[in-house]
Amino acid sequence: MSIFVNKNTRLVVQGVTGKEGQFHTRQCVAYGTSVVAGVTPGKGGQKMDDVPVFDTVNEAVKKTEANCSMIFVPPPFAADAIMESADAGIELIVVITEGIPVMDMMKVKKYISGGKSRIIGPNCPGIITPGECKVGIMPGHIHKPGGPIGVVSRSGTLTYEVVHQLTQKGIGQTTCIGIGGDPVNGTSFIDCLDAFQKDEQTKGIVMVGEIGGTSEEEASEFILKNVTKPVIGFIAGLTAPPGRRMGHAGAIISGKSGTAQGKIDAMKKSGIHICENLGTLGEICVSVFKNA
Amino acid sequence: MKIHEYQAKELFRKYGVPVPNGGVAFNSEEAIKVSDSLGCFPVVVKAQIHAGGRGKGGGVKLAKSADEVKSTSKSILGMNLVTNQTGHEGRLVKKVLVEQGLNIKKELYLGIIPDRSTAKFVIMASEAGGMDIEEVSEKTPEKIIKIFIDPISGIYPYHCREAAYGLNLPAGSVKEFTGMLNSLYKLFVDYDCSLLEINPLVITAEDKVIALDAKITFDDNALFRHKDILEYRDIDEEDPLEVEASKFNLNYIKMDGNVGNMVNGAGLAMATMDIIKFAGAEPANFLDVGGGASAEMVENGFKIILGDKNVKGVFINIFGGILRCDVLAEGVVKAAKKTGIAVPVVIRMEGTNVEIGRKILSESGLNLITAIDLQDAVGKVAAIVNS
Repeated sequence: MSIFVNKNTRLVVQGVTGKEGQFHTRQCVAYGTSVVAGVTPGKGGQKMDDVPVFDTVNEAVKKTEANCSMIFVPPPFAADAIMESADAGIELIVVITEGIPVMDMMKVKKYISGGKSRIIGPNCPGIITPGECKVGIMPGHIHKPGGPIGVVSRSGTLTYEVVHQLTQKGIGQTTCIGIGGDPVNGTSFIDCLDAFQKDEQTKGIVMVGEIGGTSEEEASEFILKNVTKPVIGFIAGLTAPPGRRMGHAGAIISGKSGTAQGKIDAMKKSGIHICENLGTLGEICVSVFKNA
Repeated sequence: MKIHEYQAKELFRKYGVPVPNGGVAFNSEEAIKVSDSLGCFPVVVKAQIHAGGRGKGGGVKLAKSADEVKSTSKSILGMNLVTNQTGHEGRLVKKVLVEQGLNIKKELYLGIIPDRSTAKFVIMASEAGGMDIEEVSEKTPEKIIKIFIDPISGIYPYHCREAAYGLNLPAGSVKEFTGMLNSLYKLFVDYDCSLLEINPLVITAEDKVIALDAKITFDDNALFRHKDILEYRDIDEEDPLEVEASKFNLNYIKMDGNVGNMVNGAGLAMATMDIIKFAGAEPANFLDVGGGASAEMVENGFKIILGDKNVKGVFINIFGGILRCDVLAEGVVKAAKKTGIAVPVVIRMEGTNVEIGRKILSESGLNLITAIDLQDAVGKVAAIVNS
């Protein structure tokens, strides 16, 4: 078992002929993901390696039965690409693109609400079910298939660090999801926690947050009420100065809101095991998950 | 991106939002000219910097005559203004806004921001104007009216009425206020703002509604479609090293410590700063060279970090993953030789071919110290700067 993606996932890549799109499509194919189509307007009929390219997502879905899309389209055109994907009936839309205007994402989120599509990201590394399916830009080889741990994070390379430490300690993963570093995103911590709680194979969860917003606080409340599996939490940005955007558009402390300490306190209250020093995460996982 | 109060007021005027008469001045002669053109006293002389709390810091003063305009503008221009938002080093004042004084009956607060969790815009209004709105929201949240606006359907008259009646405005001011709020929302959406704040918004003795202050910040991700706003950028308000880094597309933020650090990815960069602190040292900066870190980015990063004279040691933490460590190591060695590093550098990297990468570093003949994992690396760099 796993969440959101598995060996039945049929991937269409939007922006497949661009530099990033090509590189990461090849990486996904090499990992074993079933990449059934690519979309680049104006390049329909061509092929990217063995992947057929279409002009529209609609056409790609009709001809290949794709059910998941991965988006590499540049920021000014990304909102358009996401809505195109949703209208074509794609169930899972993974948006890698960094730098989409906040207002565009607000409109997209309202537009797809009530429909059957789920967005992961934007500004995220994607999602991977080790050994089955990789939809994203993360290095596949650092993951260990078979579970029992689910990982959810707002960051990219920080997630790789966390997964790497788990794998080094011999702890495998069910699914790892990067929900993205933007202020307005599709899938939330809560969506992932809920799915991990319901997934039988997942026995424990690592949640990686950072400064800015209140999503970790909301997730903590959710965990207190709904999650019975052990959760380890890490928050980046204890030393971040207030009022500065720390790389990610969403990583900013506004006045007293969005601080790392506030999030850590909320997590502690909900019974989440806190890892304060990233260097010790692997050891903490060993001790917390030893019975998982 | 932040802009000055006088620039925000220019945008307000463009959208028909009432602001006091006034103009910007770069020296006391110009200040007197503006004051003369207003033709009335008192006038207010306000320091223009990208930080709040200017009044309490002594950057806003009343002048009752041309002589006072001259003396106050002289004292404010060139002063190092320290407020609760500037940090202890303060900010040099290079321009002032000279405005007509108003007869104020009541001070209100009005703000618009995007709400992250609902993905709607939220208008915040309060009768507790002129105060720190965070304090109000913490101590007396019932004094803040919040009105949520769907980004697709936009603002309707009832939203504006709800704010107006919630603020207990005098009957004669309601219509003026609702029109103004509608225009402010339009400005917010037209320009992809991330914050619009008027504190205080005042009701004058004549029941006029006027924006006495104006603060706007813009979504950096949307600046590509607002070229006119880019002209408002004031490089004087930014750290020179940060300006330099932005030319290379590097995310750099200067801090007070002495451990320079370079990391790929924002989350890992923040976590690396934190772990430096845990090891008993202080980070000198935040520097994200991007998730995909190339040799060229590393070279530019080196230049920026070493531009900070407080740096006593450098910690490079690259989680390459897909990136090959031998390629990265060659890039680091090349960059180090080119820039000429005078301080010890501890490198922790992870990814394909990591063993070959470490070998390249240790055989380079440079002062490059390799580490096997995070704990090892941070211990080494902390020992260096604390010795």
